[in-house]
Amino acid sequence: MLSVKDLRSGYGRIEALHGVSIEVEASEIVTLVGGNGAGKTTLLRAISGVQPITAGEIRFEDARIERSAAHSRVARGIAQVPEGRQLFAPLTVEDNLALGAWSRRNTDVAAELSYVYEHFPMLSEMRRTPAGMLSGGQQQMLAIARALMAKPRLLLLDEPSMGLAPILVDQILLVVRELKRRGLTILLVEQNARAALAIADRGYVIETGQITATGTAQELLSDSRVQAAYLGV
Amino acid sequence: MAEFVQFLFSGLTVGAVYALVALGFTLIYNASDVINFAQGEFVMLGGMTTVFLGLAGIPLPLAALLAVIFAMAVGLALHRFAIETARGANAVSLIMITIGASIFLRGAAQVFFDKQFHTLPAFFGSEPIRFVGAAILPQSLVVLAGAVVIVVLLWTFIDRTLLGKAVIATAVNRLAARLVGIDTRRIVGFSFAISAAIGAVAGILITPITLTNYDVGTLLALKGFAAAMLGGMGIAAGAVIGGLVLGLLEAFAAGYLSSQYKDAVAFLVILTVLFVMPQGLLGRAKVERV
Repeated sequence: MLSVKDLRSGYGRIEALHGVSIEVEASEIVTLVGGNGAGKTTLLRAISGVQPITAGEIRFEDARIERSAAHSRVARGIAQVPEGRQLFAPLTVEDNLALGAWSRRNTDVAAELSYVYEHFPMLSEMRRTPAGMLSGGQQQMLAIARALMAKPRLLLLDEPSMGLAPILVDQILLVVRELKRRGLTILLVEQNARAALAIADRGYVIETGQITATGTAQELLSDSRVQAAYLGV
Repeated sequence: MAEFVQFLFSGLTVGAVYALVALGFTLIYNASDVINFAQGEFVMLGGMTTVFLGLAGIPLPLAALLAVIFAMAVGLALHRFAIETARGANAVSLIMITIGASIFLRGAAQVFFDKQFHTLPAFFGSEPIRFVGAAILPQSLVVLAGAVVIVVLLWTFIDRTLLGKAVIATAVNRLAARLVGIDTRRIVGFSFAISAAIGAVAGILITPITLTNYDVGTLLALKGFAAAMLGGMGIAAGAVIGGLVLGLLEAFAAGYLSSQYKDAVAFLVILTVLFVMPQGLLGRAKVERV
């Protein structure tokens, strides 16, 4: 479904991705595990088209998209829940959701809205509240819900557990699983490698801008190097 | 008393124009972080284009409409060919570009129009209305009413339409706006067009009172900037209040002190705001939960 080949990207003269290749098949949860500054966020942003690339190709459903604008990638079916949630803080919960469906603004989005409210009843109760007033966990739910409003086929999740209490992390991961059951393909970036690998089908380990290991979630969980570096075993 | 009311009305009239110019600053600043010093030229273009289309025999209401559309086209072109091509440049460079664009537009107006002062007939005659001893021009009321209509329309648009919310979204979080699929370049271009339209309308409304020529934009941009700073840069309500307060301060300074100091008021306001309350009247520190 998504195929990234030899992708290079950077900030100014500093290269952050040195030829990264990953594959995501339809209906998979693939996780990208790596430490701070390994290039996880850069890769997701490059896939969404908000981070310029210097070389390489990105294919989505067999179409080359590395030259298309960010908004047309959303229209093709790639939505991202960015790191740090990035809500439209002064706008209400409902406005955030409505803007999430911007790429489909000429179609009826009532079905998505009721799906979202059904699965996140808390958002329905707070629909008139400015997004900036929500708690951290609620904001993360809203960020995910906003991305779902675009009716994506591929969902990119960047550190959804960041800064959340463990009980909330579990809730978020439950939501991610439920989305997979609904048929969504998910690329999940996490520092919390154990939690991510627990729900993922496959994973990649990224270190200083390069993929250093890959395999099924089981294989990575039992890989001694991964255990030492990311699982604290 | 009569004197006071007289100054009050002339202050509010001029203040309404400053408020509209400041609103233009606010819209563009929010969408793109650019302080567009060519904002005053939109006011000039509105007035001058209407005058010259009128001279060419086009009925004035149609001429005014065409002038607004022309100003919007100039606004779009300014964004497309001057701001967009310098994407990634820092704020100071972009501000320099808008100053350059403003000089260019003034020069072009001098060549294509002329260097004379021009006026338009007042919309509802020029017989002053007597009000508690003061003489109020009907056109003053037109300016005030026009400003109110524009503010209400703009507020309704921003608050009630998805496109308006996309403008806010682009202003508060450009990255997130792009990630939900908003074409932020078009939103910024759109903000330039709307700002240009607001400026042009202000120029058309005020021309019967203050006259217009190729050079009126310079001072208006400065006054509008002072008004936006006074109210709090980036805050729409602040722009309106800042404009009205600046207009009143000018009118009372001109009336009770000396009309020679009128234009100094705007500069005093800028300096005072920068020294005493850089956030402006309505500005406040950002509070956000994480």
